[in-house]
Amino acid sequence: MAIDNDKIIDDVTQSEYKYGFYTDVETEMIPKGLNEETVRRISKLKNEPEWMLEFRLDAYKKFKAMKCPNWAHLKIPEIDFNEIIFYAAPKTKPTLDSLDEVDPALLETFNKLGIPLEEQKIFAGVAVDAVMDSVSVKTTFKTALAEKGIIFSSFSEAVQHHPDLVKKYLGTVVPSHDNYFAALNSAVFSDGSFVYIPKGVRCPMELSTYFRINAANTGQFERTLIVADDDSYVSYLEGCTAPMRDENQLHAAIVEIITENRAEVKYSTVQNWYPGDKEGKGGIFNFVTKRGICRGESSKISWTQVETGSAITWKYPSCVLMGDNSVGEFYSVAVTNNHQQADTGSKMIHLGKNTKSLIISKGISAGKSQNSYRGLVKVIKRAENTRNFSQCDSLLLGDKCGAHTFPYIDIQNDSSVVEHEATTSKIGEDQLFYCNQRGMDTETAVGLIVNGYAREVLNKLPMEFAVEAQKLLQVSLEGSVG
Amino acid sequence: MLQIKNLHASIDGKDILKGINLTVNAGEVHAIMGPNGSGKSTLSAVLAGNEAFKVTEGEVHYFGKDLLEMSAENRSREGIFLSFQYPIEIPGVSMVNFMKTAVNEHRKYKGLDPIAASDFLKLMRDKKELVGIDSQLTNRSVNEGFSGGEKKKNEIFQMAMLEPILAILDETDSGLDIDALRVVANGVNKLKTKDNAAIVITHYQRLLDYIVPDFVHVLSQGKIIKTGGKELALELEEKGYDWLK
Ligand SMILES: Nc1ncnc2c1ncn2[C@@H]1O[C@H](COP(=O)(O)OP(=O)(O)OP(=O)(O)O)[C@@H](O)[C@H]1O
Ligand SMILES: [Mg+2]
Repeated sequence: MAIDNDKIIDDVTQSEYKYGFYTDVETEMIPKGLNEETVRRISKLKNEPEWMLEFRLDAYKKFKAMKCPNWAHLKIPEIDFNEIIFYAAPKTKPTLDSLDEVDPALLETFNKLGIPLEEQKIFAGVAVDAVMDSVSVKTTFKTALAEKGIIFSSFSEAVQHHPDLVKKYLGTVVPSHDNYFAALNSAVFSDGSFVYIPKGVRCPMELSTYFRINAANTGQFERTLIVADDDSYVSYLEGCTAPMRDENQLHAAIVEIITENRAEVKYSTVQNWYPGDKEGKGGIFNFVTKRGICRGESSKISWTQVETGSAITWKYPSCVLMGDNSVGEFYSVAVTNNHQQADTGSKMIHLGKNTKSLIISKGISAGKSQNSYRGLVKVIKRAENTRNFSQCDSLLLGDKCGAHTFPYIDIQNDSSVVEHEATTSKIGEDQLFYCNQRGMDTETAVGLIVNGYAREVLNKLPMEFAVEAQKLLQVSLEGSVG
Repeated sequence: MLQIKNLHASIDGKDILKGINLTVNAGEVHAIMGPNGSGKSTLSAVLAGNEAFKVTEGEVHYFGKDLLEMSAENRSREGIFLSFQYPIEIPGVSMVNFMKTAVNEHRKYKGLDPIAASDFLKLMRDKKELVGIDSQLTNRSVNEGFSGGEKKKNEIFQMAMLEPILAILDETDSGLDIDALRVVANGVNKLKTKDNAAIVITHYQRLLDYIVPDFVHVLSQGKIIKTGGKELALELEEKGYDWLK
């Protein structure tokens, strides 16, 4: 697949973060700070049933007993939860069945981000759930999807309209006590997306959620739950941006995926939260728990991520391969520049027989950034004839950045084959000179070489987003060489 | 178009070029021959702007401009093309992407809009035919897994795409089979006009049967020790370099 490059080269003239603007909309907020009252207030604002409030309160209790994890190769400043606003919602009319009812300022915002919410203007074949701060603003193509029995809605709506499904699956993959940030999210999450693909249905379009942080001093805590019933298929994409601010903002999300027998979910992320400025001021702290469980036999979950944003990224999309013959995949490109820090990777937990997993990770570090791959491959005794292959490559630009690899392997049976390969390379002077000699300046050359390096992963993205991701890689590395 | 005066260059403190003088005019073909390690590739790298080499003395003018002041990419955009002795592999970058980027950078420098996709594909097709390169090669990553000969053909293909004013061909003939040599030489000849020029570095007089030089220079230990007409190449083929010392 040849991806059109000239559009990319054209667009990459401005090196600033393009999505750093702020939309002036009337916003409803709750007072800052975190306590039981905050949790109750959020639940009340969302008009939630009692069981949902119970879930939150239970999570909050667990959160209070936990500590911020310090095992990652990250310098995490103390986060003051009393300075964060846990719920901020652009004021809109209560029902959003028609676009006419969406605030024009919000439509404009998403237009500017390249995510038009008018159905006829969207990339053919992509349905979008647009989330701004704590609430979903609009979900497109809902009716068209409903005809096939597919549920694609904001999380809040799902709680109201499909409580049985939400109750059945919520927290079954990432329990609220899973980790510090998961507990926090479970207590205060405000919105997100819910997807249910019924038995035997192949979702006819890409589903996507676009997360936007807008308001200042807020945290974003969204939750995504995707359930693929027997013999179904869906491809899902998540994108995110935030305004440029000097203060750090917290993003702590949870994504849960469940695949039943022979179902397949492909989950792609293009993460472009504001990374902070060149001196390391500002930027999003991105602490995300993403996990899928292949419950059914021969089911498959595939994660693809392109991580270019955030001041700190802490994220390990994982697969629990429970069903026999199930397959887990993780494809990742993580770019860090200036003072960014990323500690990211995957966990593949083999519980079923003949399960297979693949990890392809490409780290690219520039500036004074730190980029770590951390991964676990675990095979239990009963999981006979399992296979894993992991390839972790690091590319360094300059000599002030760091690349680290932390692979953990825990194999409890003899019939499993687990392979791990790792390489570290520097971008070659000879490659740069070759490109220079053909008329490219060094910045363009770096973009080209890096995109080539990440090709294997970029090719896994849906076409429209591959082009976007390619541009992003180039933009994020501007000013990193020469 | 090109005047090289008393050019000295070194790498890691080691002097390699020790006073090169050479003038190239429009319409001319200059052949440079000389023993291994005499500095031929170094000269071409310095002319192309490879900063790994340090110019310690001398000057180079290109259409009256100080060439040594120009960045490598601007030299390319101003029409200097180097066919590498050892072309570089760039994994994952398709030839199409690579060439389109290069062509558009050249166009931007001239104040032109990026080339339209259909025009670009036509250009690729025409130039592939001109230099007789296998169509499949341009669907692959830049030089990745190309055979030695394929890499050389690919260099000439790129040259055809960029239509340089001054082409420097560093041992483009080595590694080519006899048919490929003829095809590549024909390609070079077709690109030749009265307004451009070529510096052809080679060890073999055979190439010069096809690309007929106006001058043949012998480079030895960082200096041009002899200059003659095309018959000098035949003489070198017969006698080697020892008699010149
Ligand atoms: N990067 C480098 N580091 C150290 N020495 C170098 C480097 N590049 C070239 N040299 C040395 O400079 C001298 C000239 O090399 P150059 O490649 O210019 O020779 P050449 O005339 O092109 O030879 P050949 O016919 O074998 O291609 C050689 O002695 C070589 O070892
Ligand atoms: Mg040489």
